[in-house]
Amino acid sequence: MITILETSALNTVQDLGRPGYRNLGVGTSGVMDALALQVGNILLDNQMDDACIELQTYPFVLRFDAAATFAVTGIDATIDLDGRTILPWMVETAAAGQVLRIGPPQKGARGCLCIAGGIEVPVVLGSRSTQLRGGFGGLDGRPLEAGDTLKTTGRALDVAGYGALPPVTALGATADGHDGRTIILRAMPATDYGLFTPESQQRFWDTPWRITPQSNRVGYRLSGTPLELHHRVELRSYGVIAGIVQVPPAGEPIVQLADANTVGGYPRIATVIEADLWRLAQARIGTRIRFQECSFTEGVAAMRPVNAYLDDLRMMVTHYLTSARCRAGMKSGDKA
Amino acid sequence: MQPAPFQGLCILNADMKNDVARDAGAAPAISMIGTRAMLFEAPGDFTMAHQRRIWALMDAAQARPDVQELIPGVTNLMLIFSVPPDSPQAVADWLRHAWDTLPERHIEGRLFEIGVRYGGALGEDLAAVSAHAGLPPEDVIAIHHASEYTVCAIGSAPGFGYLHGLDPRIATPRKTVPSLNMQAGTVIIGGMQAGISALTGPNGWNSIGFTDLRLFNPDRQPPALFAVGDRIRFYPESIEP
Repeated sequence: MITILETSALNTVQDLGRPGYRNLGVGTSGVMDALALQVGNILLDNQMDDACIELQTYPFVLRFDAAATFAVTGIDATIDLDGRTILPWMVETAAAGQVLRIGPPQKGARGCLCIAGGIEVPVVLGSRSTQLRGGFGGLDGRPLEAGDTLKTTGRALDVAGYGALPPVTALGATADGHDGRTIILRAMPATDYGLFTPESQQRFWDTPWRITPQSNRVGYRLSGTPLELHHRVELRSYGVIAGIVQVPPAGEPIVQLADANTVGGYPRIATVIEADLWRLAQARIGTRIRFQECSFTEGVAAMRPVNAYLDDLRMMVTHYLTSARCRAGMKSGDKA
Repeated sequence: MQPAPFQGLCILNADMKNDVARDAGAAPAISMIGTRAMLFEAPGDFTMAHQRRIWALMDAAQARPDVQELIPGVTNLMLIFSVPPDSPQAVADWLRHAWDTLPERHIEGRLFEIGVRYGGALGEDLAAVSAHAGLPPEDVIAIHHASEYTVCAIGSAPGFGYLHGLDPRIATPRKTVPSLNMQAGTVIIGGMQAGISALTGPNGWNSIGFTDLRLFNPDRQPPALFAVGDRIRFYPESIEP
């Protein structure tokens, strides 16, 4: 069990999401950075659908009430376990009673606190993810508060001290050459692309967009020179998925994300490809992003390095655990 | 992020022209939304006949092994695939063929008769609807419960049904300033659509009454009270103009 000692709003229990209920108006939820959670779960030898605590506000402080093995992924932050500095993306074991403190990230925005065995909350409609709007899933359908306790089913692993190369290192940063800080997101033109003026289409790709403070798990509102349609349209409600870039009448785009509504009605200019959604999840308010046009084929191909990175990591972790246990004279799979 | 839960509502008004470019041809429009989703849009104006063909298409698409999830919209259908399709073109051809050949799917649906406490604090926009319609509140109420509505699509919030069948005389545009804390169960009008709010929270539709109905319960099977094709009739439980 773990006890939350300090947290501010917006930190929730999330897994990879709740697909399959959008036809009932239930959005998928799930971590914003699915890559970070997958890395954490692979490192800890967890099931891929095990849940973590997704952090969006800091500091976050918790006490391990029993020994547990954990990893913080997604961010680069100052992490401290009873006075000992812990690196992100690394597997560590805490003794019962130890306090973990995760400070604000130097890089990235959303941390995944993954624990061996996963965070144990009831599975609702196939997922442990918190559905904030519906008020279910996660811990009673709400953000975590100080004093909350969460069950963990896992046991401490017998091996720790290993980690993963962060995706931004392994997969490469896609920062813009001009200032080195603009994040490049590949996107495919979507349904209503042709309804925008040629000038607006061009500007959508050419100019950077700033992530405004009105950005959260539902979506990111971007600011920049408004985009214009040939003429105003009224669209009928259509399905929405994470990554869809809508343009409301005011002309500044919104990227829909994990907690998006299941349906929308604004014109869709583009969709950020799945392979780049984690980069957006880790982009902070104020960051500039630029959209780079990509084709369906390029979008599909873009997932290959991501999947290869996860496959390599899976292989490396299995190999390391086997060899470490072998050296320690344990049978493979033995738990300390 | 703007919190309005029903942002981007659809327009069901048969008199309202949809995007001109799309009205030009009678062929459906099919587009990719990223690598794992495809949107099928029926051509032309909204008709229940087209909606029933979308439901037929939904039924057929459900049987495809590559489909992970379907989101029926208003005269459109989104297919979400478990992995990107090998050939989007082949899926698009399949959709066009199914659209051209499948008969309309008439869903019998269940009939819900829902008692409404019209007006009062929980239906505070009754006066605004009345003013917009140029009719006394009593007439607005009578017109509202005279119609039979069809659940056209479910979405936006868990269990929220877009109801088709509103009498155009009481159609009222969404509010420019949404109510910040509208109660779940509020009977509402947004443009040409009717509904019952599924969640307590900000809402831009016009409230005209209230019902105790709970539209969504994750512990119930199925979790949503309404299903596509269900029919709704309202009757006045009380009136407080």
